[in-house]
Amino acid sequence: MAYYNEKDLRKFGQITEWSEELGTKFFDYYGKVFEEGALTSREKALIALAVAHTEQCPYCIDAYTTDTLKRGVTKAEMMEAIHVGAAIKSGASLVHGVMMMNKVNKLDG
Amino acid sequence: MSNDIKQSLQKQGNALAKTEHQLAVLKGGIFASGELPTFAQKISESAQLPLRPRKLEILQINLGYMCNQVCAHCHVDAGPDRKEIMTRDTMQICLEVIKNTGAHTLDLTGGAPEMCPDFRWFVEEASKAGISDFIVRSNLTIIRANPKYHDLPDFFKQYNIHVVSSMPHWTRGKTDKQRGAGVFDQSIEALEQLNGVGYGMPGSTLRLDLVYNPSGAFLPGDQASMEKEFKHALRDDFGIYFHNLFAITNLPISRFLDYLIISDNYEDYMYALVEAFNPAAVANVMCTNTISVSWDGYLYDCDFNQMLGLKVASKIQHLKDYNEDILNDRDIVISQHCYGCTAGAGSSCQGVVA
Repeated sequence: MAYYNEKDLRKFGQITEWSEELGTKFFDYYGKVFEEGALTSREKALIALAVAHTEQCPYCIDAYTTDTLKRGVTKAEMMEAIHVGAAIKSGASLVHGVMMMNKVNKLDG
Repeated sequence: MSNDIKQSLQKQGNALAKTEHQLAVLKGGIFASGELPTFAQKISESAQLPLRPRKLEILQINLGYMCNQVCAHCHVDAGPDRKEIMTRDTMQICLEVIKNTGAHTLDLTGGAPEMCPDFRWFVEEASKAGISDFIVRSNLTIIRANPKYHDLPDFFKQYNIHVVSSMPHWTRGKTDKQRGAGVFDQSIEALEQLNGVGYGMPGSTLRLDLVYNPSGAFLPGDQASMEKEFKHALRDDFGIYFHNLFAITNLPISRFLDYLIISDNYEDYMYALVEAFNPAAVANVMCTNTISVSWDGYLYDCDFNQMLGLKVASKIQHLKDYNEDILNDRDIVISQHCYGCTAGAGSSCQGVVA
């Protein structure tokens, strides 16, 4: 069995078949989140693309690469969005260095 | 999808230049195996089969397949090497039809319709015959291609022609990738000229609309959102104005079909089209109010069917036998490419339909 199969993305909607109420609530919520609001759906798609990479979800990367292309997003904009995600991800690691420094200072200061 | 194409599929001797080969692709594979429903099966689920015309409103006349560009996605397989051009004799028959038709709009397309030697004569005569609602589908660069075309904006203005122009993106890179090197800059110059005579300006009655179609194997995004992006970018970056943006889906025929197959995107693209099927879009697809006329006077349900060689399913198949009542009493010819017009909010030469 393959862990990831790109054709499985087409089956995402089928999760509702095994739990109709929760699946339906999820997709209603999901659809609502991506509607135009205080943020444009284009801005939301770029956020989703960045998060797709920090989550390292192949399905999400597939879906939101296509979605951002559909919205006319350029390659440069897409890559910048991913760098924002990557910067937060690496920053989140590095900021824990302060914890390490605090501990070192306490034990061996 | 990059544009390194220099010749039409026909000139290259590509198998997909033959319409029967394209139709075989559309009928075979995932549709023949039943993995995806055919378009006929799909619209029969919503009781929309057979698809029938409503009142005829638009005569869309293809003046020929010659074009100064060789775009990567072109469903016409147009280019400088295509020699099919409407003659004045065929135009005379068109004019007879125009005098008697119930259609109110004459929609001129190509190729580059302006390259037809009798283009201006035809507009003048059609105007005398009573047409006041003209659309010309201009690729923009033709206005800059040769000094003899530089005054086209003035000609368009003289006949109050509604200009509908292709503009795949507001950036140079994406536009040139689809339509060829230098197309973006020439298009901007042409838009400046059109704005200069009043086309597309806020409040102007000289209509200038742009057409967006995706540069690759994906469907167009929301038309209203794209229009905002286009307007913002073209105004801020170049001081250019236009009225509306039409987001058009690329149909899987001709060069775009060739690209889908070569890039291994065909099945995914067809899945995307079928998944996005919208029954509400079916009621207003362009073939329900438009007749497409080819350079040699044959009649089709739409320009796409014309390129697939699918003539109307009627005993009236040519302008010389034209009878609108008989012609309107027909079933529209469909195949799997029709999914392109019914995906999402739908797609037509006037943009979304649902």
